[in-house]
Order: sequence, then C-alpha cells, then structure tokens
Amino acid sequence: MLENKVNSTHSKSTGLPRKRFYRARAHSNPLSDSHFPVPVAPSHVDYSLHYPQLFPSSDEAGSCKKIQFADIGCGFGGLLISLSTLFPDTLMIGMELRDKVTEYVKERILALRVTNPGQYQNISVVRTNSMKYIPNYFEKAQLSKMFFLFPDPHFKEKNHRRRVISPFLLDEYAYALEVGGIIYTITDVEELGDWMKACLENHPMFEALTSEEVEADPVTKLLSSATEEGQKVDRNGGQTFRAIYRRIAPSL
Amino acid sequence: MEDIYEEPNKDTEVAPALIAVHPTQNSVALAIGSDLRVFNLIGGCAVSLVENSGGALHKDSIRAIRYGASGKLFVSAGDDKLVKIWSTESWHCISTVCSEKRVTAVAISNDGSYVCFADKFGVVWVVDVDVEGLDGNQASANKKAAPMLSHYCSIITSLEFSPDGQFFVSADRDFKIRVTVFPKKPLDGAHEIQSFALGHTEFVSCLASVYTQEFPHGFLVSGSGDSTVRLWDISSGSLLDTCDIRDKAGPSEFKGIEEECCSAVTDLCTIPDSTLVAVAVQSLQGIILLRCDLSARTLNVAKVVSIKGDTFIPTSLATSVSSGLLWMVTGASNLGDLESPSLARVRVISDFKKTSPDVVQQGPTVLEDDETPGGEKLLKKLQGRVSIDEKVFSTAAEALKTSMSKLLIKKQYSTERREFRKRGRNDKKLKQ
Repeated sequence: MLENKVNSTHSKSTGLPRKRFYRARAHSNPLSDSHFPVPVAPSHVDYSLHYPQLFPSSDEAGSCKKIQFADIGCGFGGLLISLSTLFPDTLMIGMELRDKVTEYVKERILALRVTNPGQYQNISVVRTNSMKYIPNYFEKAQLSKMFFLFPDPHFKEKNHRRRVISPFLLDEYAYALEVGGIIYTITDVEELGDWMKACLENHPMFEALTSEEVEADPVTKLLSSATEEGQKVDRNGGQTFRAIYRRIAPSL
Repeated sequence: MEDIYEEPNKDTEVAPALIAVHPTQNSVALAIGSDLRVFNLIGGCAVSLVENSGGALHKDSIRAIRYGASGKLFVSAGDDKLVKIWSTESWHCISTVCSEKRVTAVAISNDGSYVCFADKFGVVWVVDVDVEGLDGNQASANKKAAPMLSHYCSIITSLEFSPDGQFFVSADRDFKIRVTVFPKKPLDGAHEIQSFALGHTEFVSCLASVYTQEFPHGFLVSGSGDSTVRLWDISSGSLLDTCDIRDKAGPSEFKGIEEECCSAVTDLCTIPDSTLVAVAVQSLQGIILLRCDLSARTLNVAKVVSIKGDTFIPTSLATSVSSGLLWMVTGASNLGDLESPSLARVRVISDFKKTSPDVVQQGPTVLEDDETPGGEKLLKKLQGRVSIDEKVFSTAAEALKTSMSKLLIKKQYSTERREFRKRGRNDKKLKQ
C-alpha cells in the first residue's frame, strides 16, 4: 500500500517525482512559530544525513568540508540542480519553509542520484525558516554564495518585515558569508527589486558587483534560467530585476 | 466540537517584581506592576519621583529597570511602551522615549551615553542620552529612538554590554544569544555580528558577565528555561561550560512530578569582586551560588543558600558594586486578590566573601528585616507594608510561573489540532 503510493507520485519514464502530487500553497507565513526540529548549533547539523555518499558515517565530523552555498527559499530546487553539476565539489543546501515543497525537492534529489550515479551527491534540502535559523546552520563566514531567487514580494507595508531581504536580516547574512562571498537576488516584481537593491546598497557590509563581474560570473545566467519561477517569468515575457552584491569587511 | 480547540480565557497578565540597586548603593529601586518605588539609602528616606517632562508615570506593568554603570542614570520601561530615563540625583524624569511596541529589556552603555531597549518584535532600539540635559533644568525634548538591530520576531529577554564595552549582547526566547560589535555610531545600526552563542535548548531568560582583573574582557553567563546556566566566551560565542541546576532546584517532594519548566532560571546576578554568580530559579526558595573559574573556564555549584520562613522564591536579583550585598525581591502584580492586589517582599544576603571553597560552613547569611539597610522605612516604601501574610506568597509564586511560561514557552499544538486549523485550506481540500 505504502510502496504503491510512493511509486505513483513519481513519473514512470524519468523516475522523478511529479509536481502535481506535491501541491502546496504559494506562500508561507515566516512569522509563525515553527514545528520542525532545528539544530542547536551548526556543529549539530548531521552532514551524513544530507550527503550520505560524501559523509558515510555521522562520527567523522570535523575535518570534512562544510556547506558553502545556500539557496534560501529554494522552491522546487531548479537552481540547486543546475549548480550541482556546475560546482561538483561544493556542498550546497536549499532551505524551504513549505513542507510539501521540501518533500518534493528531497525526492527529486534522491531520484536524480539514482538515475545519475555519482552525481548530485553535493546537494540537499532542509525544511526550515531561514529568517530565524540561519545561525543554527552556518558558522561565521562559512558560506561563499547565498541565493534569494524570486522571494515573496509582500506588497503591504505592514508585511514588509516578512521580506527575506531586509536591513536587519542582512546583518545575519553578512555574518554567515565570508568576506568576498556573494549574495544573489532576483525578482520579477519591480518594487521588490528596488527594495532589495536599496537594502543592499545601504548596508555597510555589502558592495555591488560591477557589470563586468556580473557578466563574467557563470552563476548569474542561471538565476533566471534554472529556476522554475524564472522560467515562468520568461514564458510570460516578464522582466526581471537582479541585485548582486559582495560581502566586504566593514570600514572602521 | 470547535470549543475544545479554543484558547482558555487569558488571565490578567501578571508582572513579576523587579529590583535594581545603585552601583554604590545610594538607592534601591523596585518595580511592581506600574508602580516604581525608590528608596534613598544615603538619606534613609523614600524618594518621590518627579515627572516634569510633561508625561505621566508608567501606566502599565514595568518589565525592565536598570541603573547605569556610573550611577547617574536610571531607566524604566514596560508594557505601556514608554522608556523613561531618570536622573538619579534629582529623580526627575529627564526623557521619555515612546516605543512602538511593548518593551521587554533595557541596557545602558558603559559610558552612559546610550540607552538601548528591546521591544516585543525583537527589535533593539537606541537613544543617545544628552549628558548636558542631565544637569540642566530643562528636560530635553522627548527623543526618538533609532532601530539598531533585530532578532527576527523573537521576544528579546535580556540585553547586556560586555565589560569592556566592545560588544552588545542580546538574548531571545528562540534559544539564541547574539553578540554584536557595538559601533561608534549606534544610531546608524549595529550591523557587525561578532558571534552567536548557541547551545540552550529553551528560552534564554537572563544574561550577566563575569570579569576579574586578570580577565578584563570577561565572560558571559546565561540562564535559561532549560534549567542550565552556561558560560560562554563572548568574542567567539563558544560554549565553555554548562551547569545543570535541576538537581539543586525545587523542594524534593516535587521532584519528578513538576514539569521541566518549573526549574527555569529566572535571573542571574554576578557578585562584585568575586567570580560568584547568584542564580534565581523558579521553584527554589533561595538562590544557588555558582563559582566561575575563569582560568579553567568552568562553572560549578558553590552553595545553595535557602531562605527559611516564608515561601520566598526570588523573581529578581541585584547587587551594588561597593557593598557586596545581594538584594532579592519576590512578588507579582495583578494577583486578583482584592485585599492585596500585589505583593513585593525584599530580602538581602550578605557575607559573600566568606564563600571560599575551603570554608563551606560559614557562608552568606540572609539578613533579618531589622538588619536590612534602610530598615523598616525601606521595607515600608519598597514592599508597601512591613509584614506580609504568608498565604499571598504561594499565590504569587504560582501566578509568576504561569505568566513566565505563557510569555516565553512556545505553544505546542497537537498534530490533530494543527490539522484541524488547516481544515479550510485549498490544498487540504484536494485530498478529500
């Protein structure tokens, strides 16, 4: 019975999970109290659970590599999957608040690992509220890239504090990013694009990448092409607004 | 059917009594409900507060009171969203700052030039204190606070400056302690996070710092609802030692029956000129003294000082730098009893110097009422009356327990209840 159910949610031809069985609401309230487990500290994150092939047992912690890329609000995981083959030696994690979507990404990664042996071992997903629990997952200066792709716009001024890019949350992102680390943001909502740009511009620990640097970065093309949201915007001929900034040491 | 899922009626909110002592013990302040009571120990008389900046006194429960390190300033704030800055010379209110939300914690920078306060939304605000306004007669215009940092929508329980003034520490009910570099221009925000001190598994209720001449930068001590007191390195945020006080707390007949939350640490206070930390615990009649070995980086129970007689479970602790006395208060407002709507009882412990590891017998002693500095006059002012009916104590202790768990412990809903609340959602309807 159970086995039957698991199989039926996956496509017979590709073995990938089918989205129609993982329908979820488009938005989730980041302010509500959470009911999922959160690691007490970054040292409690069990890498063997996320990357079983790279970390065979949970005892061998310490000397091993750490997660370097974080996709905040990873949605259905399109970016992670593209990045996985582009940076095969980098550990990355997607963070998503909606439980069903997280479940979908989990299944998708597992299926990809089965159909492509040896690949996709460096990506994983976790259900969490990254606006609250970033310090529980990452140590200071652990990350080299953070992605915020097509976040919820939260148009009402009353709800601006729910936006994932905000002046105060940038403090925490600056803490998790190493100096020189890059924060990528993209949206199809002009108002939100302006807001994210303004937040980053006014923050003393971030500086904008020059347009040459943006062009030279292989990741920037993926921002709109790899994600499900990006493809949708593209299909509808919509505009996107990017803001890509580098973490710098604050001037004293 | 729906009724079983409805919240029980919200009781009138109870506020625990708070105490603060001037650094050189010039005065003692006590807050109970919206009432702020101050006693001048030098003159041996009660102080009447003067509100000449036009506003009124506090209208709702006071949640935080504090003296500045220099003793010139005193701050009080609470549920009425007002932060009042007082001069301790004249006890005039020199400034009233309006907060958008209820205030949960306050701190004054070591040099006395900034007042920081935290609101219920987890935002810490900063106001610069006009030092000239202190001496001048005209009360400075009511100031506006600037947001400095934020814990994302988590109630902040405690704010503290590191002993060297370099860092600003904030603790919240999401088990988190954040150490931020205190900037030169705090009005522009404090963006550089030095570290997070993570390890508590319940809300963090209180912070204190321990320092000596050998370790001038000091260490951080935190108390939590997980019944532990932890010692941290401030700069790296690393956990140095954990001291579980559960075994020491609570009368033995309750052990095992009481829920875990009942041995939550309610307040911490470092004893000046020593490495002792006094700990107040919900359900313990007295205090636990912890000894902090700064070179070995350990924290151990030195002694449990129990208070005989009344059911005295301290709700707040305070010391002055000069006297070596530990002031304690227990009490609560809004007890719902018409005869005694609120309770405040003050006790003092002295002789901490004798608590050396070798001399276990002699220890700190709890002073009798007539030995308390200020004597009966002080008790009359701070407690409102000299003698207190025994029955009130247990009511107060009970009320405090519920108020604290309501405020800080996250509500746990059963799976059924969560599903029930989602019943109207579109994605749930699909299944049927």
